[in-house]
Amino acid sequence: MSLDLILRIATKLILPFIVLFALYVQFHGEFGPGGGFQAGVIAAATVVLVAITFGLRAAHRIAPQAVVERMIPLGVLIYAGTGFAGLLAGHNYLDYSVLSHDAVHGHELGIFLVEAGVLVTVTGTMTAIFYAFAERGR
Amino acid sequence: MTLLAVVTVAIIRQRNLFGVVILSSIYSFLMASLLIVLDAVDVAMTEASVGAGISTVVLLATLHLVRAREIRPVGPRPMALLITAGTGALLVWGTVVLPPFGSPDAAIHKHVAPRYLADTVRETGVPNAVTSVLADYRGFDTLGETTVIFTAGIGVMLLLRGVRRRGREDRDRSAS
Amino acid sequence: MRLLSTLAEHYNYVVTIFLMMAGLYVVIARGNLVKKLVGLSIFQTSVYLLYIEPGKIVGGTAPIIDPAFTLYSNPLPHVLILTAIVVGVATLALGLALAVRINESYGTVEEDEILQEDRET
Repeated sequence: MSLDLILRIATKLILPFIVLFALYVQFHGEFGPGGGFQAGVIAAATVVLVAITFGLRAAHRIAPQAVVERMIPLGVLIYAGTGFAGLLAGHNYLDYSVLSHDAVHGHELGIFLVEAGVLVTVTGTMTAIFYAFAERGR
Repeated sequence: MTLLAVVTVAIIRQRNLFGVVILSSIYSFLMASLLIVLDAVDVAMTEASVGAGISTVVLLATLHLVRAREIRPVGPRPMALLITAGTGALLVWGTVVLPPFGSPDAAIHKHVAPRYLADTVRETGVPNAVTSVLADYRGFDTLGETTVIFTAGIGVMLLLRGVRRRGREDRDRSAS
Repeated sequence: MRLLSTLAEHYNYVVTIFLMMAGLYVVIARGNLVKKLVGLSIFQTSVYLLYIEPGKIVGGTAPIIDPAFTLYSNPLPHVLILTAIVVGVATLALGLALAVRINESYGTVEEDEILQEDRET
């Protein structure tokens, strides 16, 4: 039994928990430490772990280059789009009060959307940077 | 904090580049623990994941691509030491007028911060003051920051993707 | 004696500035590009410390509103430094990508060898 095998099984077991932890940090960021940036980096670490343990091809299978490339501007679009929603309703840009039936819920929804946008962009960028560095060596 | 200083001196004196990367990862972890002691939990989580995670991965990937192991020995440069010592002395002289560590009457606790702390649950419904300030009260800054990350990703992709052009040495060798 | 007691009160600022100057020394005085970038990141992290230290209130807690606590540390520096950390890693990634390209062009990442090759051509 080679040492490789232990590493691969351990990684396979732990990967779903890392993804779960990233989602937990993202959504619980309003009640405890966390938020978009931390969750994005943890999610990117999942892809890095797969690439280190199973090779770049396996990493490309779970996070294809095209998807990652499109994630980067998508997050910025979500963020800016939330701002435009405020503009379209007749108020200021990035004014969250108009997003829901009352101001407090509007602010909560706005923060949620904005953090989701940050998560998408950060995950995409960190994964894309890793892919760029890793591909150069081949 | 003294441990941080020791690690930093070790980084300076260390010549093996791989050791430098590992030491910088240790430095990031120590920084994250120090930040927790300073009550900055969000910042500590970000510093730990970004500094000890992504930074180390990218540095190691660079070392693999650059293929450098040892750097040439360079003696201590007296001019550089003089410049840094002088700047350091000036900065220490500037910070002695700051209020002592941890005092609650410092000027920065007076203006906007109490308002943010008092109103965050009432106006946004989010107990984490850092998240509400980041995403709501100072949302424009976070928009700019997301754009910066976007630009960095695009920049790295532009620099490192595509056909690997032959370097100067290869060109000279193939020309002769 | 007053100077010594003041320095003892501000000990953490002194150490932070020492870290900052150590990072600056690495950037100025070492020739390897990768090591310079590591020194730059040390400089950046010490600046984060310099911003967060005044925000701490002795006896306070993390700025997450909870009915059990009344005194919170200042959340404003945390927000600024969160942005700064992510910008710092973006800078590091771009700098290292440039170092990789320089290495492919010149064959080395040592500063004096690069300058020498530039002077020869």
